[in-house]
Amino acid sequence: MIHFLVHDSADTVGVAVVDIAAGTQCTGRDLSTNNPLATKTTENIPLGHKLALRDFSVGDTVIKYGNEIGKVVQPILVGQLVHVHNLKTKRWA
Amino acid sequence: MKDRKIFAYRRENGRVGIRNHVVILPVDDISNAACEAVANNIKGTFAIPHAYGRLQFGEDLELFFRTMIGTGSNPNVAAVVVIGIEDGWTKRIVDGIAKTGKPVAGFSIEGKGDIRTVAEASVKAKEFVQWATELQRTECKFSELYISVKCGESDTTTGLSSCPTVGNVIDKHCATGGVASFGETTELTGAEHIVASKAANEEVRKQFMAAFDDYQQLVFDQKTDDLSESQPTKGNIAGGLSTIEEKALGNVEKLGKHTKFVGCLKPAEAPGGPGLWFMDTSSAAAEAVPLWAASGAVVHLFPTGQGNPIGNPIEPVIKISGNPKTVTAMKDHIDLDVSPILQGEMTLDQAGDALIDVIVRTSNGRLTAAEALGHVEFSMTKLYRSA
Repeated sequence: MIHFLVHDSADTVGVAVVDIAAGTQCTGRDLSTNNPLATKTTENIPLGHKLALRDFSVGDTVIKYGNEIGKVVQPILVGQLVHVHNLKTKRWA
Repeated sequence: MKDRKIFAYRRENGRVGIRNHVVILPVDDISNAACEAVANNIKGTFAIPHAYGRLQFGEDLELFFRTMIGTGSNPNVAAVVVIGIEDGWTKRIVDGIAKTGKPVAGFSIEGKGDIRTVAEASVKAKEFVQWATELQRTECKFSELYISVKCGESDTTTGLSSCPTVGNVIDKHCATGGVASFGETTELTGAEHIVASKAANEEVRKQFMAAFDDYQQLVFDQKTDDLSESQPTKGNIAGGLSTIEEKALGNVEKLGKHTKFVGCLKPAEAPGGPGLWFMDTSSAAAEAVPLWAASGAVVHLFPTGQGNPIGNPIEPVIKISGNPKTVTAMKDHIDLDVSPILQGEMTLDQAGDALIDVIVRTSNGRLTAAEALGHVEFSMTKLYRSA
């Protein structure tokens, strides 16, 4: 079973394609290369939500689809949930 | 792709429609009641009530007439009865629709009242519906369909599955000489550079960026926050989308991998030829889909993640979802399940072909989920307050 997908090799987040419990050793796939990926979650990641593939500091830019999707506003550790509590748009601000 | 055969209605002007509607079209809000009375009298017809049509002016008035005339002119419409409060604007809409060659008649209420107007218009509506119901579907080509695309209640699965499925169809359709259109101007924010890179030439790129920048200015002029909860919506956020940039990057997967867009359209403006066209629209489904229907689109492809029930009175709306929870929980609304893509059990090419099959069946007469459920949302796009 695939737990998460990554659109592009440059991406710093993956998308959960099943509900993932905290502490799960996850199998992923990079859609741009078809290469397998692996990481461990430290929080519950619901289907469709994003998990961090690396640590982030406040002010870092998150990459998905190989493009910027916003800036980090709370520190994030690898395996944690990335969503509106720690990621904000850089537009319309 | 080999061009597929469909069975559809070839209209007087040569255009291909997949429905055979007889529409009772109000010119203005105060004619809604008369139109609904006619539609109640004459079975097989329907009214399209709306909220405007009085004291509009300037570019907003031009858009109003484009929307009304375009709605009546759509190839999915066999014949139209137009009812307005007065003669002048009623005639302008009747004359606009008459250019297609289809039967159209106008009635005005002033000096006569609703009851006599409804009686006269009902006689004409009965004549039209009995004529229209004898029209036969004939063999037409898939490439003759004008397809519009827009997603709604998106989540991260739309960018992974349903939007690129639509993109696959766009690539195949435009490669065979088909017409298609995308829009949702603010929902391209964060992916505008990708859209710009898909413009067929520099002039088209400049036109797109001008429309994009104009809409950005509207957001900056009117906003009271960063639009979080409006764009992305609460539903988008519940589905895992965090920012407009992330939503936009999923949205533009609908544009396909290879297709360049050949021109930019004003809201409700008809494309001038084959290929993919950008239309400057809102990202709200009930406002945007009627603009494409008014531009002549006969079928709409609607990827959804969290599930959006939207329909349209004129063009069938086909729902595609790749969210394994939504395709179960909101099964009533979904025409095509592409969720196997998420586990690598279906390729985008297979999903695109499956969607083409659904479009063929819909074109041949099968009702979409939204049609069967009676979804006929029609919100007029208005540029500013009336005079």
